[in-house]
Amino acid sequence: MSTVVTVVASIGPLAHLAGAGLLGVVSRVDFATFWACAVIVVVGAVGVVVSRNPVHAALMLVMTLFAVAVLFIEQHANFLAAVQVIVYAGAIVVLFLFVIMFLGVDRDEDVNQEPLRGQRILAPVLVVLGLAGVLVLGIGAHWAVGAPSVVGPARGQPGGDVAALGRAVFTVYLFPFEITAGLLVIAVVGAVVLARRPPTAGQDELSVGVPGDQVAGSDGGTAAGTAGEETPAGTDAHATDATGQPGPAGDVGVSPELAGSSEPQPVPQPEPHEVAP
Amino acid sequence: MSVPASWYLALSAVVFSIGALGVLVRRNVLVMFMCVELMLNAANLALVTFARQLNDIGGEALVFFVLVVAAAEVVVGLGIVVAIFRRRRGTTADDLHLMKG
Amino acid sequence: MNLLPSLAGMAAAVTGHLALPHIDYLSILPIMIMLGGAVAIIGWSSLLRRPLDVTWVTSLTVLTATAALTMSLFQWYSVLHSGAHTHIDGAVVMDGFSVLVSVLVTCATFVSAVVGDSWLRREDVRGPEYHVLMLVSASGAMTMGVANDLIVVFLGLEILSIALYVLAAFNPRRAESGEAALKYFVLGAFSSAVFVYGIALVYGATGTSNLPQIADFLARNVALHDGLLLAGLALLLVGFGFKIAAVPFHLWTPDVYQGSPTPVTGFMAAVAKAGGFAALLRVFVSSFHLLRADWQPPVWVLACITLVLGAVVALLQQDIKRMLAYSSINHAGFILLGLQAATARGVEASLYYLFVYSFMVIGTFGVISVVAGRGDRDHGLETYRGLASRQPWLAGALVVLLLAQAGVPFTTGFVAKLEVVTAAVHGGSTALAVVAMVTAAIAAFFYLRVGVLMYTPAQNGTGEDGDMAAALGGAAPSSDDPVLVGVGEAGSITVGALGSAPPVPAGAAFGIALCVVVTVVFGIWPQPLTAFAHHATLVLAP
Repeated sequence: MSTVVTVVASIGPLAHLAGAGLLGVVSRVDFATFWACAVIVVVGAVGVVVSRNPVHAALMLVMTLFAVAVLFIEQHANFLAAVQVIVYAGAIVVLFLFVIMFLGVDRDEDVNQEPLRGQRILAPVLVVLGLAGVLVLGIGAHWAVGAPSVVGPARGQPGGDVAALGRAVFTVYLFPFEITAGLLVIAVVGAVVLARRPPTAGQDELSVGVPGDQVAGSDGGTAAGTAGEETPAGTDAHATDATGQPGPAGDVGVSPELAGSSEPQPVPQPEPHEVAP
Repeated sequence: MSVPASWYLALSAVVFSIGALGVLVRRNVLVMFMCVELMLNAANLALVTFARQLNDIGGEALVFFVLVVAAAEVVVGLGIVVAIFRRRRGTTADDLHLMKG
Repeated sequence: MNLLPSLAGMAAAVTGHLALPHIDYLSILPIMIMLGGAVAIIGWSSLLRRPLDVTWVTSLTVLTATAALTMSLFQWYSVLHSGAHTHIDGAVVMDGFSVLVSVLVTCATFVSAVVGDSWLRREDVRGPEYHVLMLVSASGAMTMGVANDLIVVFLGLEILSIALYVLAAFNPRRAESGEAALKYFVLGAFSSAVFVYGIALVYGATGTSNLPQIADFLARNVALHDGLLLAGLALLLVGFGFKIAAVPFHLWTPDVYQGSPTPVTGFMAAVAKAGGFAALLRVFVSSFHLLRADWQPPVWVLACITLVLGAVVALLQQDIKRMLAYSSINHAGFILLGLQAATARGVEASLYYLFVYSFMVIGTFGVISVVAGRGDRDHGLETYRGLASRQPWLAGALVVLLLAQAGVPFTTGFVAKLEVVTAAVHGGSTALAVVAMVTAAIAAFFYLRVGVLMYTPAQNGTGEDGDMAAALGGAAPSSDDPVLVGVGEAGSITVGALGSAPPVPAGAAFGIALCVVVTVVFGIWPQPLTAFAHHATLVLAP
């Protein structure tokens, strides 16, 4: 504990923020919880940014999300902590992991490749400047200076924070609550649109100029396409694609897209590391 | 006496900055999305902290809506990624070279 | 009307139940119609075995948009007769501003639906999803127009944007379409996160996310240390800057405009800008009016670089969609002039500009969509060489719309530019007004370049120099040697763009004609629209 305190003291502005007198008053349990979670949150966040493997990044994200949930409980937002665990860690990150596995991209990324020259240097500088700006502005201000309890008090209500939140959502925030229906409509319709099979090359003039080894693939694609609907066969073809099986079925989707690009360019041969499962 | 709100807010600013940095420097689209989630979480943490500080349930209600938006956004974003890359192994932004710029 | 809430309150007191706020349905009826129409169309089509015919979907979409437009006009009467009010516990507001945004968005949806109809037929895309997503996206923009709370602004922004991400990815045959969607999504999600953080900071600094309550708090309290509030304001500005494509945050615009299906680009340019600017104007001018000394200088800088960079970089483009993307950035700079003025007059001018710009830009992209041909691929400026001899009506429409964008008199574009520049001068930003006029002159050059190119007979030589020489030397096609014309026709066939000149599809023709008529008629006779915009003041604007 004493080491933690020295760490805190060495972070001058924060200690100053807290007020030297407060440190003695903060209960030890709260104090320990906050710092443990803060360390986990920051380590997890840094881990998301620096890990080369997307799976590791997702797991680091889970770590951060759990620690943030603990911080929510620490601040008496029990319902939100539960939602954080259920929705974020339970649904969103699982979706991430599912997509990573589905695409078969759980391989290391070459972090040293840099598409935009100077971005690697410029971005941290900008972010650090922004962070410093926020901290300085915030330290200059008293952090929360707003009018208290505009919507309603959060504590000391019958039913706890769940009841208070429910009341707020169905009174002051009734319209935002209803309009989230629009968001869900989009999520459903968008997922349907995006999951639809693209039209196959055989139906289009785009297949003109594609090398001969594509013919077998485009025939297969047309056969799947003439079934008219989302046949299981078509879905299976994509599933095998995604698992990294080389073959004509794997090429058919790539070449029409690239052949249809605005810039004339040769049909790229798959690179060795892409073919290898 | 619990931990002062300013500590939470400083933590949230740090996490937000790490997330923003990640979006700017990483090339893997999935990791970029995760960094966006970090930024949204930092905003949520700030909102909850303000709600506690001001003893106002409004801040917590805002978190509720941000969660819904994050979920819908991830569904559509990952849908786009799957639609593009299910036949092109590798989800780095470097693969996006058809248009200049 | 007042009876209901009191009854509900009494019931709540007696039974201990929740007192739901009174809902004045008229205030949100246009949004409900758009969302309801979308759900009805997708629900109906899901009950059928075969994909719903495009004609049906377009008709239903047009019907929905017309119904929402009618309701918006009812709202207009209500606002004129009983004044502006907030509704649903202050979450939404119905004032002249919100009504004009509703009218704008429904009109843009109407025109985009008929233009998109032709595109869907040509590309053989079946199913109702295109129109459904457009309707939902439009409802998001309308939500931003009526929003009276930062979280409603945010939800509207997300409904608008997420639907547009999907629409940008809508062309499955072009890889660029998916790339555009991905770029738009990554930068859009990033800007949303920045925006949420801005909301959080503003909430912390004022204790509320409700716009009038924020203004009220700022009026009653003098913040000695308003760093938190200013940081939040800056983040909100960055978030909005991404959506309206102001310059440091414009990087997605050219790629997304180029990659998206062309009718979607038109819709995006009109509706996303309208929604973003509507919320930006309301939040900054009505809520943070007292802080205008703090936000006006950054907006001044933003407007200045947006104007200059948009106009200058557009000159260098060889792809017409990229050129129009940069031109839309230039237009965003003009609209920012009205915000920078931070007066009621500035707000009116910005809204008027948005209104007429949406017609111009949807019409322009409608023409581009027709010229691009099957596959939506021919967007090079060379495609437009000699268009006038192949498709004189189409070329004429494009010329009118481009001249309007350039701000030529007797078009709506002229009135719009005049209004914003006047507002800027009255707001005390004469230097910015001068910059705006200079960039308008630069912009006129690249609009005219396309116009002249269309009336230049097609030649085999392709290159910037020959292009310019032809443009400056032989503007009149009739003066050319007949032999040259013959070569030109052969050249146009080898280019392969539109040698056979297919007829313009009916939907696109109707949409483009509508845009041209609005642009010209209200350019010659601007009073009705300017009067409309004049009443479209914010409820809280000074």
